[in-house]
Amino acid sequence: MKQNLGAGLGLRPQHYAAALEDTTSGLWFEVHPENYMVAGGPRLAWLEAIRRDKPIALHGVSLSLAADTEPDPQHLRQLANLVERIEPALVSEHLAWSMWRGVYHPDLLPFPRTTVALKRIAANISRTQEVLGRPIALENPTHYLHLDNHEWSEIDFLRELTQRTGCGLLLDVNNVFISASNLQFDAAAYLDQIPAEAVMEIHLAGHSEDAELGAALLIDSHDAPIAESVWTLYRRLIQRIGARPTLIERDDHLPEFQELLVERQRAHEVLEPTSRQVDV
Amino acid sequence: MTHSLTRFQDDFMQALWQAGDTPAPLSVSTVSAHFLPDHETVTHFDPASNPAAQAGFKVYRNTILKGCIDALCANYPSVARLVGTDWFRAAAAVYVRDKPPSEVGLLAYGKHFADFLEHFEGARELPYLADVARLDRYWSESHMAADAALLDPAALTRMAPPELGNTLLRPHPAARWAWFDTQPAYTIWCANREQSALDDALAWVAEGALLTRPDNTVIWRAAGPGLCAFMDACAAARSLAQAAESALLAEPTQDVAQLLSALITAGALSPTTPPQHL
Repeated sequence: MKQNLGAGLGLRPQHYAAALEDTTSGLWFEVHPENYMVAGGPRLAWLEAIRRDKPIALHGVSLSLAADTEPDPQHLRQLANLVERIEPALVSEHLAWSMWRGVYHPDLLPFPRTTVALKRIAANISRTQEVLGRPIALENPTHYLHLDNHEWSEIDFLRELTQRTGCGLLLDVNNVFISASNLQFDAAAYLDQIPAEAVMEIHLAGHSEDAELGAALLIDSHDAPIAESVWTLYRRLIQRIGARPTLIERDDHLPEFQELLVERQRAHEVLEPTSRQVDV
Repeated sequence: MTHSLTRFQDDFMQALWQAGDTPAPLSVSTVSAHFLPDHETVTHFDPASNPAAQAGFKVYRNTILKGCIDALCANYPSVARLVGTDWFRAAAAVYVRDKPPSEVGLLAYGKHFADFLEHFEGARELPYLADVARLDRYWSESHMAADAALLDPAALTRMAPPELGNTLLRPHPAARWAWFDTQPAYTIWCANREQSALDDALAWVAEGALLTRPDNTVIWRAAGPGLCAFMDACAAARSLAQAAESALLAEPTQDVAQLLSALITAGALSPTTPPQHL
């Protein structure tokens, strides 16, 4: 089956009813699989109901691919079950870690990009793709810290992972903007180096300034509309690489569904001239 | 010096959990003592570029703590409404240190929160809080439980009396029940769960509750000691006759036929397993 994935929306339970009723052409949704890795009940029923009419992407936040161990086999099994049940258009995860000695830390933690880390992460991605039976897209992280032990640039690290494992990239433009601001590099130059053929999906979201430090420390809070500077970077990116499935994320200070649709329409208009076919 | 991935992560966690610079949600005086650092943070980070000393490090600490506390807030809404947001978040912050998440699904986070509240010094004047938390937990468990068919009463009416008495009735996977023998925890929970006001004339009596999920929606009702004893017996794989006996022992005035019919209507039971042949 072939279908076009244009612009989509992150879906939260508060918007289930509106999402079910919505008839916007080409709209698709993304959810965190962790919220649906349950034995049964209304959550799964809602997701399946929405899936009947619209494509769904699964965007994992806790597989901890950059941990120093293999992904939890039970987690992978539950994810594989959900993938089988929902038949998602895309599956993605983060270049980060969050599990440590059996404790889950609900965040996306940083690490030095060493060759040791590269090998571990490549093995973890390969294991994940083997269990799921499909390639995943890997999301570039948001940075808040200067680490002095990097052996690889982030672009080279991501490119090497795609080449070693066959995974794709989920390019979060807001993450690039925040990282560039916090670590003081050129966001546009970073985006210009991303290997176009590897990009399977794009994320756009809002960010905020730290309460004490202001613009000196931007935070990936997903609690505001997308910043104009992020839209500018996004248009530049699409002009270079062509249209890609693009998702608007909003996790906090959730507005009405209609308000999110307006933001989604803006992304749709950027994508419209060069629609691209995605195999699913 | 090159850190291996393991060493970096060990150091990062050491700095994250032991730092004395505690994030915002503390407002209850009894709570803050828990956050003083046990001892000086010892990591292998280079002092010149120590990640834990950079301004951005607090973003991770705040995000992790906020994520855990938000999850507890979502999973224990009746407790949060009862004690107010500030008190709840302060108590939740103590719980997070004590029992951080072990599973990635934060929908199920807080398995031990009721037990924690039962022994939490700050909650000593709220003896019903732990049981209210138990009922919030039952709601979550019921909501996420496996799908299963409900018991069809016709299956029972087809049976002859000896077979009926030997039948094993199984609780539905989404059924939860409890008897609270010292306080009206169910009434207090109900008012907060449904966001209604508590009657000033609340009778301080023992109460029970039954939560079920017919039509894939969690519903609840008050339950007597007979109902709870009956469901306990079913869960322990006792026969229908033995479950009826337990119900009558716990509540001698119980009409067992009426009880069984109410349980079937509420969706508390799954299809029977073959009768036990002794």
